[in-house]
This record gives sequence, C-alpha cells and structure tokens, in this order.
Amino acid sequence: MSTVDRPPPNGPTAANDQHAANDQNAANDQNAADQNAADQNAAEHNRNTADDQPAALAVELIGITKRFPGVVANAGVDIAVRSGTVHALVGENGAGKSTLMKILYGMQRPDEGTIKVDGEVVEFHSPADAIRVGIGMVHQHFMLADNLTVLENVVLGSEPRAGAGLDFKRARARIKEISGNYGLGVAPDRLVDHLGVGERQRVEILKVLYRGARILILDEPTAVLVPQEVEELFGNLRELKAEGLTILFISHKLDEVLSVADDITVMRRGTTVASRRPGEVTARQLAELMVGSALPVPELRESTVTDRPILQVEGLTVAAPDGRTVLEDMSFTIHAGEVLGIAGVEGNGQAELVEALMGIRPPAAGTVTLRGEDITRLSTRRRREAGMAYIPEDRHRQGVLLEASLWENRILGHQTRPPSVRGPLLDRRGAKADTRRIVDEYDVRTPSIDVFAAALSGGNQQKFIVGREMSGKPVVLIASHPTRGVDVGAQAAIWDHIRRARAEHLAVLMISADLDELIGMSDNLAVILRGRLVSYVDPKSVTPEELGSAMTGAGDGAPAGEVA
Amino acid sequence: MRLTPRAVLLAIVAPLGALVFAALVCSVILLLTNHSPADTVQAMINSGKRPRIFVNSINSATNYYLSAVAVAIGFRMNLFNIGVDGQYRMAALLAAGFAGATWIDGVPGPLRVVATIALAMLVGAAWAGVAAILKVTRGVSEVISTIMLNAVATYLGQYLLLKLAVPVAGSNNIGTRPITAGGQVPGLAYPGSTSKLYGLIVLAVLVGLVYWFVLSRTRFGFDIRATGLSESAAVASGVSVRRMVLYAMLFSGAVAGLVGMPQLLGSSHSYSLDFPAGLGFIGMAVALLGRNHPAGMALAALLWGVLDNSANSLDVAGVPKEIVAIMQGVIVLSVVVAYELVRRYRVRVEQREVGRALGTTKVPAEVAA
Repeated sequence: MSTVDRPPPNGPTAANDQHAANDQNAANDQNAADQNAADQNAAEHNRNTADDQPAALAVELIGITKRFPGVVANAGVDIAVRSGTVHALVGENGAGKSTLMKILYGMQRPDEGTIKVDGEVVEFHSPADAIRVGIGMVHQHFMLADNLTVLENVVLGSEPRAGAGLDFKRARARIKEISGNYGLGVAPDRLVDHLGVGERQRVEILKVLYRGARILILDEPTAVLVPQEVEELFGNLRELKAEGLTILFISHKLDEVLSVADDITVMRRGTTVASRRPGEVTARQLAELMVGSALPVPELRESTVTDRPILQVEGLTVAAPDGRTVLEDMSFTIHAGEVLGIAGVEGNGQAELVEALMGIRPPAAGTVTLRGEDITRLSTRRRREAGMAYIPEDRHRQGVLLEASLWENRILGHQTRPPSVRGPLLDRRGAKADTRRIVDEYDVRTPSIDVFAAALSGGNQQKFIVGREMSGKPVVLIASHPTRGVDVGAQAAIWDHIRRARAEHLAVLMISADLDELIGMSDNLAVILRGRLVSYVDPKSVTPEELGSAMTGAGDGAPAGEVA
Repeated sequence: MRLTPRAVLLAIVAPLGALVFAALVCSVILLLTNHSPADTVQAMINSGKRPRIFVNSINSATNYYLSAVAVAIGFRMNLFNIGVDGQYRMAALLAAGFAGATWIDGVPGPLRVVATIALAMLVGAAWAGVAAILKVTRGVSEVISTIMLNAVATYLGQYLLLKLAVPVAGSNNIGTRPITAGGQVPGLAYPGSTSKLYGLIVLAVLVGLVYWFVLSRTRFGFDIRATGLSESAAVASGVSVRRMVLYAMLFSGAVAGLVGMPQLLGSSHSYSLDFPAGLGFIGMAVALLGRNHPAGMALAALLWGVLDNSANSLDVAGVPKEIVAIMQGVIVLSVVVAYELVRRYRVRVEQREVGRALGTTKVPAEVAA
C-alpha cells in the first residue's frame, strides 16, 4: 500500500525524529550523486521563474513522481519557490496539485524526486517532519472545533505546558503577537462558533504560524470567501510576504492568482507545464495553459424569458431556531425560461431561502406558488414531485449518499418517480439504465455505475447531481453554487445544460459566489443582504466590482421590488 | 455491490480477522491461567459434535437471529434500539398469557399460533413505539428511552406475571398457564438428540428474507438506508426523517416481539421466571458482527449459538467456561475496529480504481520523454 493514512498534524514522536534524522543522512549521501542533475534542473527552472533576481529558494521540488497503483498522480514535477514570495500553483481538478502539496506537507511520500527546503534536502515521513522544517498547511476545509475559543483551537495539539498545567497566558501573548505582526486581527478569546468564514481562515493561518511555519501552503483558500474577504486575505498574504514568509497558493481562480502571486506554476495532468510571471500572461492564457485548449464563458445568448410565471414567492419570512429572522418579507417571481440570479455575501439568507423553497425549512410567513398552485405547506417530496429540482450548495451533505453506488444515488430525490421506482418497489434496472444515460450525457467520468459516489472527484459528483436533477423534466431548478469546486470543462458543461433547459422553459433560481457566473448566466439579478432582497441590477451592464459593492450594502442598484 | 472476488474477500476479511484475533487473545489468557488452548478447542469441538449441543446451538441461533434483525432495522438508520430486550420480554409475557388462557383452547390451532405471534409483534411494536414517539415529538434520544424502558419492562413484567401466573408444578417457579397442544408449534426431531429443533426456525428464515427484500428492493427500504447513510441528504431528497424514525422503531419492535416466540411456542410453552433474558443484547452483538446483513447475521448467530452451547462442556474439561464470554467480547470489539478499517480501505481502493479507469494522469511516458 502506497497511500499513507493521514497522521495527526502534530505530536511528533521520538521514533519519528530518529527516523527522519537517519533518513536525512541517507538521503544526503545518496543525493550527492544526483546533485548535479538536480542543480541543472533547478537552474533551468530559475530561467523561467526568477531570471531577474536569483533569490534564495525556499522550496524546491525536483523531479517529483508519485504513482498510485495504475495512476501516476505526479510525474516529474519541478517547482522552484523563491523565498519571500507568493507562489501560485494553478491547474484543473485532478491535475495533481493536491497530491503534490500532500507530498510537500509530508502526508504522502514521493516515489521519486527530491524536496529541498531552504537549500537542504529533506525527507518527510509525516506532517510533523514538515512542520519541523517550517512548512505549514492551511486546508481548504477548516479543521477547527466550533465550541472552543480561538486560543484553544490554536494551541490544540501543541499546548504550552507550565508544569502540569497549561500556560494559556503565554499562548495568549504569542497569539496576540503573531496576530499583530501579520495584521491578522484575531482575538484569542472569541469562540470559533461566532467567527465568520474569513476569520476562521485567519485562525487557521495563525495556527500554522503559531507552530513556527515560515512556508505556508494554502489549499484553495479563496473557494469559501466572498470578494471582500478575498481582498482581506490577500492583504494578509502580502503582510506575511513582507515579513519574509513564503506562500504556496493553490487555486484555480486565475484573476486572484494574477493579483496576488509573484510566480505562477501551471500544472496539467500530473506535471508542471509552464511557469509564468503575472505581468506576462492574462487569465485567459493561463486558463488555456491549464486545460490545454480554448475556454468557455458564462453567457446567455438570446433571452428566453416568457411572461408565464412559474415560481412566485410572496412575503416569505423564515426564522432561525433561536427566533432570529433570517429571511424577511422576500418576494419575487421567476418566469418560464428565466434565470434569476441571487448575489450576496454568504450567510445573508441564501441557504435559508433555498431550504424554505425546497420545503426543508418551514417558513414563518409568506407563500410560495408553483405554476399557480400554493405549495407553501407541501413536503419536500411533494415539491419534488411537482417538478422542483435542487442542486444543493454542499453536495456531500445534501446531494449524494457518499457510500452508496452511483445508481442508488440516481434514485435519491426521485424515490417516487420513474424510472427509478415501480410502485412501492425499486426499479433497479430502470435506475441503472438512467444512471448510464446521465453518465453519458453529462460526461461523468466513472469506470462503472456501481462504484460509490465517494470514489468520484468533486466535479464528477457535481455533474452527476446536475444530471440527476435535470431528469424527469423539472419546471423549476433551485441551483446553489452549481459549479462550485468544479473544473473548467465541467463548468462549461453544466452551464450548457442549464442554458439548454432554460431554452426549454425551465425556471431557474441560481445562487452563486462566482460573480462572473451570476452576471453571465442570469436574466435577472437580485442582491440579497441580511435576509432581504435589497436591489436588482441589470446583468447586462453590471460589473463584478459594482455587484460586489452592492452585495456589501454599499452599492446603489435599483430599489428592490417585483420585476416584471 | 457486485459480487467480485475482491468484494467477497473484503466482506469476510474483517470478521475472520476478528475471530482469529479473539482466538489469540483467549489463548493467551488460557496460557496465563495454566490451561491448554488446544485442549479447550478440542473440548469445544467434541461437544459441538454431540447432537444435543448441535440442536441447542441452532435453537439459540434462531433466537439470536430474530433479535439481531430487530436491532439491525434500527442500525440501518443509525437508530439504536437498545430496548429489544424489554420489547421481547413484554411481548413474550403477554403473548404467553394470551395463548395460555383457558378460553382460547377451543380456537383452531393454526389460528391460535398466528394470533399469538401477531399479538407478540403488536406488543413489541407498542413498547418500541413509546420510545419512537418520545423521539419524534420531544427529541428524546432513543438510546436513553429504550434503556429505561427495559427497566420498566422488567418491573412491569414481574407485576403482570404475578397477576397471570400459576405455580409451576414441582418447583417454586411461577409462570403463565402452559399453552395447550393446539397452540404450540411442534419441533423438528433430530436424530440422536432428545431436544428438537424449533419449528419457528422457519419464521426466522422468513423474517430474514423479508428484511433483505424490504431493505434492498423497496422504496421504503431505500429511504431507510438513505437516512442511515446521510440524514441531511435524505431530507433534501424528500424523506421525512421523523416518519422514518417512527416506522423503523415500530418495525424493529415488531420483530423484537418475535424473539421469544420460538422458545415460548416451541419448548417452554409458558412464560415463567426463568424465561431467557438478555437476548436483546446478544442481538446487538450479532448484528454488529453480521454487519446488519441478513446472511451475515445468520452466520454470526450460528457462531454465537455454538459458542454459548459448547461453553458448558468446558467446565467438564476443567476450563472455566467464562473464556467463551471473553472470546465473544473480544470478537465484538475487534470486529468493530476491523470493519471500520475495511470500510476506509474499500473507499480508498475504489477511488484509486476510478483514477486508474479514467487514466486521469496516465501520461508518464509522454512526460518522461
């Protein structure tokens, strides 16, 4: 078995230390011979990345190859990261970025190749080894305990001891110091539960810094952030850089990469295909390097909006369990063939709106009407039977049964409708045949329909969900972040499918954090703020910047009201 | 899942591993206490060859299997019906009182048996229903409520037994009035043994088949499994989780009601102070070992039956029979760990296989060039 279970990020053991030391010696000896070749390699790289200033390299990956049985996840990857820079690693899902970062963070061991940190050849057996040489990783999914304070989360696993007890005072002082030095603005005694997404991310960064990291790996840090938070993060990154830290930044949002990175390395199909400076490429060129071909744009051609109202929402109000109003007096109408986009900073009532529309969350007031029929009190199942389809925001939580086969997942949400059931019985043959259809039509990359949904990549899971939800001629599609975490090719395919369904008079409510997607795909675009629709903007003329400021309440879109 | 050789291997490696591990632990304990593991095994094998032990093992396994299915129905939905024990004892007691009543003697036999079994299922379901209603209306954890209902069942049972009971001839035991011949289910003779195989073994097989069919072939079963795999995804797909909780608990209780039936209708014919207790807990162990799978649980129930019934012969061989309890405990603990390891391994292998089949990055040649 070549995969290694992910050990806890902390808690280096004596055995580990010993091991690492031994191996390092061995590696040094062995690598002396390879040194020439490696240097040559690195030199070649420097020509690409650092021609004007041959700064010290913080991290150098030379000829990294990682094979899993039957798959080469990384093949001869060469990357040179200059010290004190932000280095972006871009590539589609499945291009091997994550594997490479896991190797650099000691979670997996390369089959071939050399890792150098600050010029020294190193060999990692666990993240503890990586942490020891100053490498820290901020994962895409936060690993924080909600019910602990920032301080407790930060020290968790490397608690400062004071005799038998814990020295929280010293830890608090250090957190304040780090937070102050790098402008993170994190208060040590706040409960993580009370923090927003951006703040949580800063806590994660702080956690890594607290452990002494000088080289930070950030795995798609902006995936969960809204534009303003992204700007803040980039501000933080620049401060970290100014303090001499090195940042490796994984992303596939190219505009962001161009604005923050000093060097960009593009990966495709497991290897590095190009190194560029932000000044010398456009986002489009980068994207084309990533996919190796031309690119899709979110764009609706001609309007297909009809005057036939499909989904009418009147005065919809939703209260949180604690009595707080999270959605207030919301009214809108979506017509056949219309895509209504909802723009807003995450957490302003989008999730509640979607769940209220799907009957998952009961409204406190208001009505929802589907094709003239009041569905306010109908169960989720009745709504689905009436033609509502749902692409959830979190596919793992609401979209699929991870440990069930694909064809069983085809039945999910269609438990009462053919082709997956016949009367009270499952129609296994029908479900399987229709699963094959989805796999073909939506280009779901899977060897078989019998594998667990968990085995598919996120993009393929998403394509499968879209395909399933588009089955059975829905009249309304509630799409929450339909292309989140999906690679460029899959994104184009999903857009295509939505466009096609729209042309066939599907009414779509689309929520997205991707402003280009919202602007490009919406016929109408409403802004949600603190549980209310505050304004409508014209997707044909609005820019992402204008939309972004409208989302934070600073903009001046048209006052909210019923749009004809 | 398809029946590939690997799937079969993955399915059996965990329970087999747990068995081997348990055997090792027990051998160590035996050696430490100056007993010979080999002799112990020999004694158990010898006893297993005796027809009476064989019959008793099958009979025990029948009880265990029914109990395991009752538990498994809940497990499939992440519901922990710890109350199978109380449910079957209440059901057996009331069914015994009903089937042993004097007025029923005139009713035709098959009808009596069917009515008795139906009543037991109703009582079991009702007893579980208390926990179900508490859970769906008030959010009370079924773990807590069913445990407490077990205690309630014990004392309520004692009270009812006093009301219903007649002294058992020739002892100071008391029990319900014995069920007369027409209300009994005759056993199947087995050569060389005075005990008979329970006639209601057929019922256990039937329950297993229905369990398999409902779970894997019906919409209702799909909703149960979906809820167990991911409640949030089930809700988004239109499953009413509260309704499923209610149904699952009721069905679990109904099957629990059957647990005492083979014994009641097949051999003791009366519910008395010495009616077997604790079958509900054994059911949990068997369901865990059998992975809630209808066939897996049957094998696990058989194993448990054989272990339990051969334990007595160990005393004769000078080995403390408690070693069997130790073995059972170690099996359950290690199998839980083993299943989790296999599950993770399987997910990883599949992911890797998907990668391989798609050849995500199978371009080393092109790269190396």
